[in-house]
Amino acid sequence: MVDATIAYPHSDPHHLRGMEASGIAHSGPASKRIATGYGFWIFILSDMVMFSAFFATYAVLLGQTAGGPSGRELFDLRNVAIETAFLLASSFTCGLASIAADTRSTIWFQLGMAVTCIFGLGFLTIEGREFASLVARGAGPTRSAFLSAFFTLVGCHGLHVSAGILWLLTMMAQVFAKGFRPDILRRILCFALFWHALDIIWIAVFTVVYLIGSAA
Amino acid sequence: MSNGYDTENSVDLAPGDEHVEGGVGLRVLGYLTGLALAILLTATSFFVAGTDLVWQPSIPVALIVLAIAQMGVHLVFFLHITTGPDNTNNVLALAFGVLIVLLVIGGSVWIMANLNHNMMPMDQIMQMQR
Repeated sequence: MVDATIAYPHSDPHHLRGMEASGIAHSGPASKRIATGYGFWIFILSDMVMFSAFFATYAVLLGQTAGGPSGRELFDLRNVAIETAFLLASSFTCGLASIAADTRSTIWFQLGMAVTCIFGLGFLTIEGREFASLVARGAGPTRSAFLSAFFTLVGCHGLHVSAGILWLLTMMAQVFAKGFRPDILRRILCFALFWHALDIIWIAVFTVVYLIGSAA
Repeated sequence: MSNGYDTENSVDLAPGDEHVEGGVGLRVLGYLTGLALAILLTATSFFVAGTDLVWQPSIPVALIVLAIAQMGVHLVFFLHITTGPDNTNNVLALAFGVLIVLLVIGGSVWIMANLNHNMMPMDQIMQMQR
């Protein structure tokens, strides 16, 4: 590592390291990694605002079943528990992969991402089968306002997971082809943020949609 | 340091980046702690939803509290959002996001419940239209 005082002789003339937080030291513009990560963090928060609109819709339409089946009759909580376990495990292995990226360990990175991908695909498979069985039982999104809201909210989360898996495979390929370049590392940071955020949204989904929805 | 970014020369941390002095073992331990807490909270949620041991009307509130607690666990242990001075910007953005989310959800539920409450029953509306 290059010593900061050697690289920028006037950046720390009074040797105020460790006192940056006091606001005395003036550092230059934020590094590219911070700017990129912060920008992506803003995107994730705006994505959560969009999801909050879908959650509000679902909460309002929860009782509007139009004489059709309600959540209590439709939801299989055992499936939901498995989906939750898959997504939580994938979030954990994604964290391990980002540690591996920080330590430049290609093998552990690819292994962590591959396991993350498998858990994510398992999640999508169970969700796809659930949707197919609902439609087959005549409880598709056109049946009632409640089911429209359900398919929109959970389907939107599923689409995000699908996009996340495409991104994950891209990152594996890019690390394979180009190695841990700084721009690739920034993309890995953003991907990890995205994947962990999807798991946070899933907490709200299984609580509000499935657990509260099957009690109502 | 092996992280490719200079934590010593910067006041801020990117969201998702971790400020730790220890090695890989400590970081893995952090993720393991988060995983254990998340499993505990998830299991409690599923247990509370299916049990008769708890006063029934309290269940939705209990589930929401457990969910918020688990979101906190994920934010701290997986996304590394902390209260440290290097995280101020990230926390402020998060706080603004939470404000908007609460306004959208709380406002919608409140207004629609109020409208529902004040609306005439459907059969009476049909009678008036005749």
